[in-house]
Amino acid sequence: MSRSEVLVETDAVSRYYGKSVAVADMSFAIRRGEVLGFLGPNGAGKTTTMQMLTGNLAPSKGRVLIAGHDMQTAPEQAKRHLGYLPEHPPLYRDMTVDEYLDYCATLHSIPRKGRKAARERAKARCGLTEVGGRLTANLSKGFQQRVGLAQAIIHEPDVVVLDEPTVGLDPIQIREVRGLIRELGEDRAVILSTHILSEVQASCDRVQIIHRGQLVLNEGIKELAARMESQVLIAAFRKTPDQGLIQGLAEVRSVDVLEDRRLRITHEPGRDPTDALVRLSVAQDWGLYEINPEQSSLESVFVELTGAAAETS
Amino acid sequence: MIRAIAGREWRALFLSPLAFIILGVTQVILARLFLGHVNLFLMLQGRLASLPNAPGLTTLVATPLLGNTGVLLLLITPLATMRLIADERAQRTLPLLYSAPLSSTQIVLGKYLGILGFYGVIILMSLAMPLSLLLGGELDWGTLSCGLLGLVLLAATLAAIGLFMSTLTRHPAVAAMATFGAVFFLWIVDYAGHARGAGGAVVAYLSIVNHYEPFLRGLFDTSNVAYYLGLTVTCLLFSVRRLELDRVSVR
Repeated sequence: MSRSEVLVETDAVSRYYGKSVAVADMSFAIRRGEVLGFLGPNGAGKTTTMQMLTGNLAPSKGRVLIAGHDMQTAPEQAKRHLGYLPEHPPLYRDMTVDEYLDYCATLHSIPRKGRKAARERAKARCGLTEVGGRLTANLSKGFQQRVGLAQAIIHEPDVVVLDEPTVGLDPIQIREVRGLIRELGEDRAVILSTHILSEVQASCDRVQIIHRGQLVLNEGIKELAARMESQVLIAAFRKTPDQGLIQGLAEVRSVDVLEDRRLRITHEPGRDPTDALVRLSVAQDWGLYEINPEQSSLESVFVELTGAAAETS
Repeated sequence: MIRAIAGREWRALFLSPLAFIILGVTQVILARLFLGHVNLFLMLQGRLASLPNAPGLTTLVATPLLGNTGVLLLLITPLATMRLIADERAQRTLPLLYSAPLSSTQIVLGKYLGILGFYGVIILMSLAMPLSLLLGGELDWGTLSCGLLGLVLLAATLAAIGLFMSTLTRHPAVAAMATFGAVFFLWIVDYAGHARGAGGAVVAYLSIVNHYEPFLRGLFDTSNVAYYLGLTVTCLLFSVRRLELDRVSVR
């Protein structure tokens, strides 16, 4: 199997609830070895999309293919390649972790002989070795989440779908789970949904931003980083500088005045005017004491995209 | 796969005190009724001895007790079956089954066999008392096994009705009430329908008891078997259909 084989493909998938559109004409593909981050505000259609990918919800229109099997016409073959952690981990409260994982292994037709090994492997990966004998109902939220994660990977699926995998975890557990996601992403396709932007930056290769049921962005994390590269400098001076001189610099596009003798300088992409500005300030004795690229984060890209989408819709 | 789901259902039942309290209460009530039947038999024994073709132990004690068990099953069914699917919905564990490589039919059959196993335990325990009569008397095996077959068919039907009701809701209590309503309605439906032409015949045919009584009299009639099997299969098919609709539903 080539590493770049397409494992998940959706073809113009739509889902309506009555008249309201939860997901509209969504098409995308995920290859082996990719971690895809599904990003969007609450209610954007992330969970609906994940439910359609995993066969929990039938699309109103369009097709979902998992490892080449159509979820509608061959659901059992498709689901063999699938591990799913829903928003709320599907735990049976009256079972111990070991019993529960054994049950999941059976449901995923792991033969009896391999069950114990599969269970121990999943437990080790998710940091559950200590709690095997405890009832899932008595575990903390973080551990319950990890049991849910173990359930999703116990049968070594090609496609792992995780709906908000780090909700309820503490910072150390979040780092562990991100590590696990990276590791899983090496030889499978992983899809995770989140509304936490740093999570996508930390663990994904590719980002899809979804807003009101529509894909507004589908980019590699590198392209996204380029998009986020700052084009704005904030400079602070002790004396009031001459705006016209700064405007005259070749790299500078526009200058805005902020309070406290600060300037917001927008420059041409990839051409940083810092050196020129410093030389100018020394020559004119403006007393430049601070100069910073304005933080353009995923947040601002996100707001820009979803805000723009909101206006057009 | 079906076995795994059935096994998990069975375990879940016995991990909660519900199964034990149902078994315990059933047993106490049946013991009281059994005592009553035996008393009656002892009172009548002298007169019966002089009659030719007199009813024996089986007719006077064993099959009436099977009849009582049938009534008890009617009352137990809502409680025993309410959790089956409704609780999975309430606990949000259904996605586990939906995203595993299972068909809806497998899920329904697994659940059904699990609960049927529990009914099997109830029936076996209720059978212990009539069988204890073997210590001092003889039983008519033909009549007894015919009655037992009737009881098993009745139990299978009740379980299927309960399972279907449980697929309809996410609240076990709602499922319980709906099951109780459906079963009780089938039980009393012909109380008002006696002898009123063709309509009356239809109503009488619907009655779930009318098909049980012949079995208790030792009468094996395939049309009665067909009634129970038909109702059971219908409820199971409806359950499968209902689970499939979950994925399509417009909520």
